[in-house]
Amino acid sequence: MYLNQFLMLAAVLFSVGVYGVIARKNGVMVLMSIELILNAVNINLVAFAAMNGALAGQVFALFVIAVAAAEVGVGLAIVLAIFRNYKTVDIDEVDLMKG
Amino acid sequence: MIHLLAEASPSYAVPANIAFGITAVLMTYSAIRVVTASNVVHAAAFLVVVLAGVAVNFILLGAEFLAITQVLVYIGAIVVLFLFGIMLTKAPMEGEERPARDNWLLGAASGLVFLGLLVYALWDGFGKDKLPADLAPTSTGALSDAIFGSYLFPFEVVSLLLLAALVGAIVIARRD
Repeated sequence: MYLNQFLMLAAVLFSVGVYGVIARKNGVMVLMSIELILNAVNINLVAFAAMNGALAGQVFALFVIAVAAAEVGVGLAIVLAIFRNYKTVDIDEVDLMKG
Repeated sequence: MIHLLAEASPSYAVPANIAFGITAVLMTYSAIRVVTASNVVHAAAFLVVVLAGVAVNFILLGAEFLAITQVLVYIGAIVVLFLFGIMLTKAPMEGEERPARDNWLLGAASGLVFLGLLVYALWDGFGKDKLPADLAPTSTGALSDAIFGSYLFPFEVVSLLLLAALVGAIVIARRD
């Protein structure tokens, strides 16, 4: 197996996630796109760990999973707070700090 | 894919490559559906497919413990959290005609440009690099030795971060 096949798949996932973060209206969907990006990073870390026979990549992938769990918890709490105050999860409607 | 199969060594690589090809196609399709689906529950279901595909990739790369953690934490916990988020915020998004903002074209352009740059850089940098043919699964014991040995301090910091995120989520989301 080539190293590049995993890296290319991760690149595709990352780019799709970038599109989702920029283009989606729904706050929950933006968080899901961020999950796509973090998973692409994890594939890269594990692929390089397998390539070099080192464990550091897998350890850091575990850390990324833990940080992603924390991020989803706080992110969904923020979306819930926005929904309670604005009665919408459309992120275009939330422009309190727009200059 | 065919010439890639022919070049690979016969013993382990061919079934692994077939498994990779199937999951790669499924993951790409599902990822695109995640960001384009107008129904958020369908998007969550496609996200499950992507996350399971990532777990398959971890197994192909010999990271068994990470694959199990992926299934437990992502598919077991995070997707359920997403479904709760969808359930608690769903009502006004029902019947929306367009899931995308006005700047979706900008997002598609930046995603494509980014993908092109990445593909070029990866092809240039790792063009013919092969994974070791005798890719043995990482033993969970060795991984735990690494976590509780040389990476003990970052591990404790991550656990503290999880605690802080837990408290923060409760504070942000609770009704006053």
